[in-house]
Amino acid sequence: MKLSLSWLREYVQLPAVLTAEELERKLVGLGIEVESIVDQAATVRGDLVVGRVLEIEELTGFKKPIRFTRVDVGNPEPQEIVCGARNFAVGDLVVVILPGGELPGGFKIGARKTYGRNSNGMICSAAELGLSGDHSGIIVLPESSAVPGVDARPIVGLDDVIIDVEITPDRGYEMSIRGVARELAYAYATAYTDPGAGPAPGATAEPPHPVRIDDTVGCDRFAARVVRGIDPSAPSPQWMQRRLVTAGVRTISLAVDITNYLMLELGQPMHAFDLNLLRGGLVVRRARPGEKLTTLDGVARVLDAEDMVICDDSGPISLAAVMGGETSEVQPDTVDVLLEAAHWDPVMVGRTARRHKLFSEAAKRWERGVDPQLPLVALDRAVALLTEHAGGTVDERVLDIDHVAAPAPVLLDTTLATRRIGLAYDTERITALLGQVGCTVRGVEPLEVTPPSWRPDLVAPIDLVEEVARLGGYDAIPSILPPVRGGGRLTPGQLRRRTVGRAMAENGYVEVLSYPFVAPGAADAFGLAADDPRRSAVRLTNPMSEQEPLLRTSLLAPLLGTLKRNLGRGERDLALYETGTVFLPHLTAVAPPVLGVEHGPSDEDWAAANAIVPEQPWHLAAVLTGDAAPAGWWGAGRPATWSDAIEAARVALSAAGMTPDRITVRAAEYAPWHPGRCAAIAVDGTVIGYAGELHPGVISALELPKRTCAMELDLDAIPAVPVIQAQRISTFPPALIDVALVVDQAVPAAEVEAALTEGAGPLLEAVRLFDVYASEQVGAGLKSLAYNLTFRAPDRTLTVEEAVAARDAAVALAASRVGAVLRGA
Amino acid sequence: MSYRNDPYDPKQAVLLAPEALEAAVADAEKAFAGAGDLDALGALKPAHLGDRSPVSLARREIGSLPPHAKSEAGKRVNIARQSIQGAFDARLAELELERAARVLVEERVDVSLPWDRAPRGARHPLTTLMEHMGDLFVGMGYSVVDGPELELEWANFDALNIGPDHPARGLMDTFYVDLPGLVMRTHTSPGQVRTMLSRKPPIYVVSPGRAYRTDELDATHSPVFHQIEGLVVDEGITLAHLKGTLDHFAKSMFGPDARTRWRPNYFPFTEPSAEFDVWFAQHRDGPRWVEWGGCGLVNPRVLTACGIDPERYSGFAFGIGVERTLMFRNGVSDMRDMVEGDVRFTRNFGMAV
Repeated sequence: MKLSLSWLREYVQLPAVLTAEELERKLVGLGIEVESIVDQAATVRGDLVVGRVLEIEELTGFKKPIRFTRVDVGNPEPQEIVCGARNFAVGDLVVVILPGGELPGGFKIGARKTYGRNSNGMICSAAELGLSGDHSGIIVLPESSAVPGVDARPIVGLDDVIIDVEITPDRGYEMSIRGVARELAYAYATAYTDPGAGPAPGATAEPPHPVRIDDTVGCDRFAARVVRGIDPSAPSPQWMQRRLVTAGVRTISLAVDITNYLMLELGQPMHAFDLNLLRGGLVVRRARPGEKLTTLDGVARVLDAEDMVICDDSGPISLAAVMGGETSEVQPDTVDVLLEAAHWDPVMVGRTARRHKLFSEAAKRWERGVDPQLPLVALDRAVALLTEHAGGTVDERVLDIDHVAAPAPVLLDTTLATRRIGLAYDTERITALLGQVGCTVRGVEPLEVTPPSWRPDLVAPIDLVEEVARLGGYDAIPSILPPVRGGGRLTPGQLRRRTVGRAMAENGYVEVLSYPFVAPGAADAFGLAADDPRRSAVRLTNPMSEQEPLLRTSLLAPLLGTLKRNLGRGERDLALYETGTVFLPHLTAVAPPVLGVEHGPSDEDWAAANAIVPEQPWHLAAVLTGDAAPAGWWGAGRPATWSDAIEAARVALSAAGMTPDRITVRAAEYAPWHPGRCAAIAVDGTVIGYAGELHPGVISALELPKRTCAMELDLDAIPAVPVIQAQRISTFPPALIDVALVVDQAVPAAEVEAALTEGAGPLLEAVRLFDVYASEQVGAGLKSLAYNLTFRAPDRTLTVEEAVAARDAAVALAASRVGAVLRGA
Repeated sequence: MSYRNDPYDPKQAVLLAPEALEAAVADAEKAFAGAGDLDALGALKPAHLGDRSPVSLARREIGSLPPHAKSEAGKRVNIARQSIQGAFDARLAELELERAARVLVEERVDVSLPWDRAPRGARHPLTTLMEHMGDLFVGMGYSVVDGPELELEWANFDALNIGPDHPARGLMDTFYVDLPGLVMRTHTSPGQVRTMLSRKPPIYVVSPGRAYRTDELDATHSPVFHQIEGLVVDEGITLAHLKGTLDHFAKSMFGPDARTRWRPNYFPFTEPSAEFDVWFAQHRDGPRWVEWGGCGLVNPRVLTACGIDPERYSGFAFGIGVERTLMFRNGVSDMRDMVEGDVRFTRNFGMAV
C-alpha cells in the first residue's frame, strides 16, 4: 500500500524534517513493514521546468508523425525540442526537462540531433516522470497554473514522499491514511485528528432512495445519499488525481475518484451508482445460485448462494463489497449519483473474493475488517467533494439501515500483561496504552476494556496484551533463559539418519537434497509393472510444473535427475546419496473427520484423521556412475559396479547398528534394476531395500551412462539397535587353513559361506573369500571359491587335528548343501 | 695336522706370548676399523675371531703349558679375545647404524603426490546446519520432533488459528493434493501441533524439516525449503523467556556479539508476534542486522485447539529459515546452489558447515 507523506501530515503532526530512515524505524517499530520510502523530488534530477509551447512544426517523412517545437522555458530564447506526442497545441503549458537532467531509471537528457533537428531537452509524460503509467501523451498543465521557467516538481506533484508499506492481515484499520496516521501519532507522541470522527447527518425519516436488506448477517449496515444535477464533465482536481496515481489507483471520473479517494483516506470502500440507471428500489440479499452479473472488469460471473448482491428490479447490479456491475455504474454523462457506503461481513467478502478471484482494493479491506461507524462520515465527505467540484444539489435525505452490534467489552486481568510479557505493566500504564489505541477502559479488577469500532481484531485478553507489548516497545522486554527442564534427546530414528548420512559421506558419497516431484512417465521409464504399488502416487493439484505433478514413491527418480544434472555440468565420476521421505498413499481416499478448534480432538478422531495421512517413511538412496576409485600415480582406477551399490547398503546398515550376521543379500529381480545384477537386502530376513546395477532399458530410457548403479533402503524399516553383547576375546593363537571349493556357477557365494560357517562350528572365528576363479581347468559351468578360515578356541591352543577336523566338517556341510568339492582333494 | 698331540712345540708356545697377543689385538682392531661395510666386516671375522685366528690358536697352546703357567696364560688369551670381540661389536654397531640411516635416505618418497585415492564424500550443509541447531537445543533440554511433510490441513492451518476464511490462508501459497483434507505443509509448525497432542506440558521441542510453498525457484526462493521451529509450553512462560532463548540461539550460532532485535508483526498462531533480526558481525558485507525469523507467544486459541489449558499454561514459538541462515552465515548468494544438487557445492563443505 502506497501512502504519501503530505496526506498523512493532514491528520498527524509530524516533525517538519523527517528522514526516511527515522520514518522507517518508527513504522517498523509499530509493526508496519516498509517496502520503500521514496522522496519523489530526488527521482528527477536537474532542471524540470514549466514551458509554454510557442510553435509547432509537423515533421513528415518519418515512420511516425514527429513535432518540432519551440518552447518558452523562461529563457530569452525559446528551447527547440523534438517531440513524438501529439496531445498538445500552441499555447499549452507543458513540463520540460532540460539537457543535463535525468529521469527516473537513470535516463539522461542531453542536447542531441534527432529527426534532422536539434533537440534540447524533452517534453515529459506522466509515465516518464514516474507519476503514473500514462504513456498516452505528454502532461498538459491547466491553463495559468504556472509561468514558464518555474520548477515543475510541485506543480506535477513531484514534491512528496511516497511510503510503500505492507499491512499485516489482522490490522484492516491500517489500510488507510486514517489508520497509519493514528499509528504514527503513537510513535511520535503527537496530535492526531481523526478524519473518521467528524459529525455527519444521520438517517432521515424518508430515504433518498428505497433500500431493503434481506440478509443483515452479510450486510449489517447500508447507508446512501443522493446528489442530483452534477456537471458530468467536471474533472477530478489535480491534487486528488495525484494522490490516486501515487497510490496506484487509476483515475476514472470525479464520482468514482471520490469514492476511491475516501477509501484510501478513511478505509471505507464505497460505490457510486448512476441513479437514473437504477430500476426501482435496491435490495441487498444473497445471490441465487446461478444468477449472473457482469462486473466492472467486464467479466460475466456466475454467482454463488453465499455471495451478497445489491439488486434492483432488473436483478443483481453489484457484487457487494467486491466489485460493482456494468449496468449501473457512473457513465460519462451521469448527472444524478447515488453514493453507497455499507458494512459487509468480512468472512463473506473473503469467500466471494476467493471464489471469483477478485482481490479488489475494496475486498482486501473488507476481508481485514472495516470500521462500521464510517459510512455516514464517508458519505458526507463524498457529497461535499462531489458538489464542490461538480456542482449539483444534495438530497437532504439520508438512508442508514444500521444493524451493527457494539463492540463487546473484554475483561482483562491486570496481571496478565506482566505475566505474559515478562516485564511489569501496572494498571495505570495498561490503561494509558490501551487508551492510545482507542479503547475505553473501565473497572478495577478485571479491567473492562471496550475496543474502538475500528478494531474488530481485539476480542480476547491476549489481543490487548499484544497492544500493550507493542506500544510499550519490544526493546524493553528483558532477555531471560527459561529454566532448564531436562529431557533433551534425539530419537533412535533421528540418530540413525545422522549416523547413516555420515557413514555414506565418509565412504565417498556426496549428499544432495532433491525436490520430491516426479513425472508420471518415471514409472514407465523404471519399468514398473502395472500393479507395482510404487505407481500409486499422490498427485499435486497445483504443481510447480505440469510435467512433475506426482510425489515420489522412491527417492531414485529425483536422485537420478540430480545425477544427470551433474553429468551435464561435466562431472564424470559420481557417487550421490540422499535421505528423504517418500509418499505412499493409502489406497482408500476418504476425507478426515472434521476436527474443531474449540478443544483438542478426541483420541478416536485424531487417530481417524491420521489414518488417511499417507505413510511417509524415510528412505536412503545412492546412485553411482564412472569410477568408484580413480586412476592415479598408484595405478589403475576401478569403475563403480553393482557390488559398490550393495556395499553402500552394507555401509548404511552397519552405521545403523546392524551386525553382518543379521544382513542377508540375495539375488532379486526388481525394477528398475538389472535382473541379473540386483540384490535384495534383508535384515533379520525382512527385505528392506535393493541394490545393484540399473536395468539397461532404464539406463537407455533415462539416458544415463551405461552401468549406472543404485541402491535404496527403507531406513524406517531397520530395527532398533539392541544392546550389543560383548564378545570374549581369546588370547590363544589361531589356526589358519585355506580351502578352495568348486561349486556350480549358479551357487551364490553367500550360501557357500553360510554352509562353511555352520559346518565349522564354534571354533571358526572368521571366514573370508579371497578368490573367485573359473577356468577350463576348474570345469565348464563351475567356479572355484577360495577361503581363508581362521579357527581359534577360547581356552586353549588348538591342535592341528582339531583345526583340520573343523575344516573337514565345514567342507562336508558345504558339499552336502551346495555340492561343493574340495579342490585338490 | 696333528700338532695338538705334540708334547711340546716351542714355535706354538710363542703364540701365547704377551707380545703376540697384543699384536693380534692390534691387528684385529686395525682390520675392523678399515672395514667399509657390514660385508667387509663379516669377511674379516674368521681371521680374527675364527678357529684359525691367532687368539684361538693361542688358546690351544694353553694345554701344553706346565700347570703353573696355565692360569696366567688363560687370562691373557681371554683378555685379548674380549678386546678383539669388543672391537668387532663396536664396528658392527657403527656399520649397522650407517646402513639404517642409508636405508631411510634410500626409501625417501615424494609425499606431495596427490592424495585423492579414495574420493571424499560430503554432507549437504543444510543437513549439517540443521543438526547443529538441533544439537544446540538438545543441549538446552529440548527434544527434536519430526512430522509428515504431507500433512493434515487441520494441523497445518486450523489448529494454528488459520481458519478456512483466514486471510493468511490465502497468503501461504499452499500445494494441494488429490487427497481430501491434506496439504503439503507450508511450515514445520504442524509438528508442534502433533507434539502438543501427543505429550503434556512441560514441552520443549524443536522441529526441523522441509516445508513447501508454491514459490518459483529463484535466487532467494524455493518451493521446497527447510525450517526449524521451536516450541515451549510450560507454566509462566513469557516473552522475556522467548527473547532469552533467541539471544542464546543467536550467540551459539554466530558468536558472543550476536543478539536479536524484534519488530512487531502478525502470525495467526502467535500473539503477541514479532519478526526478529540478528546482529551478525561476520557478514561478508560488514556487521549488520539480518532478518532471521518469526516468533511470539503461542496464541491461546492454538493451545485450546491442541487440548492444552491456556489459563494454566503459556508458551512461545519461533521459526527460522535454514536456507536463509546458510545464505547469510556462509555467504551463499543463490538459493539455486542449495537445491540443484551440484556436487561441487556440497563437496566444498565436506563434513562441516
